[in-house]
Amino acid sequence: MDLFEYQARDLFAKHDVPVLAGEVIDTPEAARAATERLGGKSVVKAQVKVGGRGKAGGVKLAATPDEAVARATDILGMDIKGHTVHKVMIAETAPEIVEEYYVSYLLDRTNRTFLAMASVQGGVEIEVVAEENPEALAKVPVDANEGVSIEKAREIVAQAKFPAEVAEQVAEILVTLWDTFIKEDALLVEVNPLAKVASGKVIALDGKVSLDENAEFRQPEHEALEDKDSANPLEAAAKAKNLNYVKLDGEVGIIGNGAGLVMSTLDVVAYAGEAHGGVKPANFLDIGGGASAAVMANGLEIILGDPDVKSVFVNVFGGITACDEVANGIVQALQLLADKGEEVTKPLVVRLDGNNAELGRKILSDANHPLVQRVDTMDGAADKAAELAAAK
Amino acid sequence: MAIFLNKDSKVIVQGMTGATGMKHTKLMLADGTNIVGGVNPRKAGTSVDIDGTEIPVFGTVAEAIEKTGANVSVLFVPPAFSKAAVVEAIDAEIPLAVVITEGIAVHDSAAFYAYAVSKGNKTRIIGPNCPGLITPGQSNAGIIPGDITKPGRIGLVSKSGTLTYQMMYELRDIGFSSAVGIGGDPVIGTTHIDALAAFEADPDTDLIVMIGEIGGDAEERAADFIAKNVTKPVVGYVAGFTAPEGKTMGHAGAIVSGSSGTAAAKKEALEAAGVKVGKTPTETAKLARELLAG
Repeated sequence: MDLFEYQARDLFAKHDVPVLAGEVIDTPEAARAATERLGGKSVVKAQVKVGGRGKAGGVKLAATPDEAVARATDILGMDIKGHTVHKVMIAETAPEIVEEYYVSYLLDRTNRTFLAMASVQGGVEIEVVAEENPEALAKVPVDANEGVSIEKAREIVAQAKFPAEVAEQVAEILVTLWDTFIKEDALLVEVNPLAKVASGKVIALDGKVSLDENAEFRQPEHEALEDKDSANPLEAAAKAKNLNYVKLDGEVGIIGNGAGLVMSTLDVVAYAGEAHGGVKPANFLDIGGGASAAVMANGLEIILGDPDVKSVFVNVFGGITACDEVANGIVQALQLLADKGEEVTKPLVVRLDGNNAELGRKILSDANHPLVQRVDTMDGAADKAAELAAAK
Repeated sequence: MAIFLNKDSKVIVQGMTGATGMKHTKLMLADGTNIVGGVNPRKAGTSVDIDGTEIPVFGTVAEAIEKTGANVSVLFVPPAFSKAAVVEAIDAEIPLAVVITEGIAVHDSAAFYAYAVSKGNKTRIIGPNCPGLITPGQSNAGIIPGDITKPGRIGLVSKSGTLTYQMMYELRDIGFSSAVGIGGDPVIGTTHIDALAAFEADPDTDLIVMIGEIGGDAEERAADFIAKNVTKPVVGYVAGFTAPEGKTMGHAGAIVSGSSGTAAAKKEALEAAGVKVGKTPTETAKLARELLAG
């Protein structure tokens, strides 16, 4: 889960990473009081989870509380690269910046370890530095069990060649930033720029944090950081039912068991769609290995509630849960929806393969639901579902 | 032969006495797996009757190894307790720990992987978030359905459970030496490369099927490894061509970040290494069939 800048700022502050004062607001009028609390001037910063907001006009200085209201009026509701601005941060104006640095910790998947990255060339996109001037970006592996002590932090600082006058300050910040990374179960903590200001103090001016959703069992307060305003309503409804669902922009609703099989189903439907006017998958939905009737009904309910969906492809491989159980699940799910008064009007193509496939197919045939069609191969079923979606 | 697991493997189950552990211990036994014990500190000294087989429960992995000579542990331990359970298995120096659990925090899997490395890699970890591995007709360590295929000469390594099953089923008439589900998490103990190296060295494997998916660069590195080190034919499949950037697709590790981790890049890298890559699972099975027929 990627956080907004203001949420990252709050987490940094919680773990003693030096930051500037700031608060988040969602109405222009609130900018006045917030700016007054900061002594009468502020920076109004759009809160969007995408880079380049400064260039897009999403960061403005306000010399007075009135000006802050005007700038917040301009920025709230603005579209930045497809992201609507719902919130702005009213931040303390930065003292004169002398130098801009970069520091981060992240998971290095390739080497299966954590990685510290640091550079004295901050303030620009770090990918650009890595590309154009790779020796200016120090990359130091961090052992997950050893972490970052002050000694390790000094090693990172030395490798990145920070100037002597800020070295110890940056090392101390690296220790507090590591605290943030570990204690918040983050996948990424990034400070860019880490700025040296005229007084000589080093401050985190902007940052990114991404949190591990698998750690929510021990991070109960992370749930409140979810961005419910911009969540897709179907994704939010699916999440409330504990379903693994991602909304896509096509017309063929997809239900399958197992993440890999569902990803594969999306691809196979997209290929099949090429022959049927370019129809595409409408969603990713993994109902898991068990595929019980109740979960199947929940999944169907979400997918049939998507106005973009013209046909549905249920693609199940029966493993531990054999196909007869899955077929019964589908029949019961349709009955459950009928009992709830939800009329199923979209055609369903069902492909069952694997254990007890014959038995499962017979159950579907016997149920003889007018909207359910059986196709016994994955590629054939994808083609049929695409054809039905194109015909609607 | 086969890889990592065979009829002589002595398997213990950490978390055996839970509902999932019991269900799958029963299925593993039915597939002929030599299950020699379970581990649960609160039930140490008791035993569990599973379909007429008496399975002793030990307090620790070390005790189970000492009493039974176990050399494989399968873990069905909830995410919050998985790190401690894997660390215990590493401390006991069990040669193979198969972590089935889905939803383990990355900081925990990174920590137990680093711990295994610091202890000299005496324990091979498979997973987490994986279906385990099976050597058909000999032993099954995990949740792969044992009855969808038969022993044969194809080796399979996959990030995805259900695609593993799909492929085993498509090629069930030919059969498999071993099938290894390595898991879809960002940090896993055994990679495509580890399995490819083992299959290359396994005299009972004639052809390797490798299934990948979006996220990370494991497939690209595997392609590089294949080009340099694998002489046996390899057939590949990659899932997730239609996955949008920045969205996690079911598996915690299945995410395209910016331009990295795309299915297209993985397919291209594999093909450049001489791997035949199928467009669909069915086409992939067909490619394997053609190669084996010569």
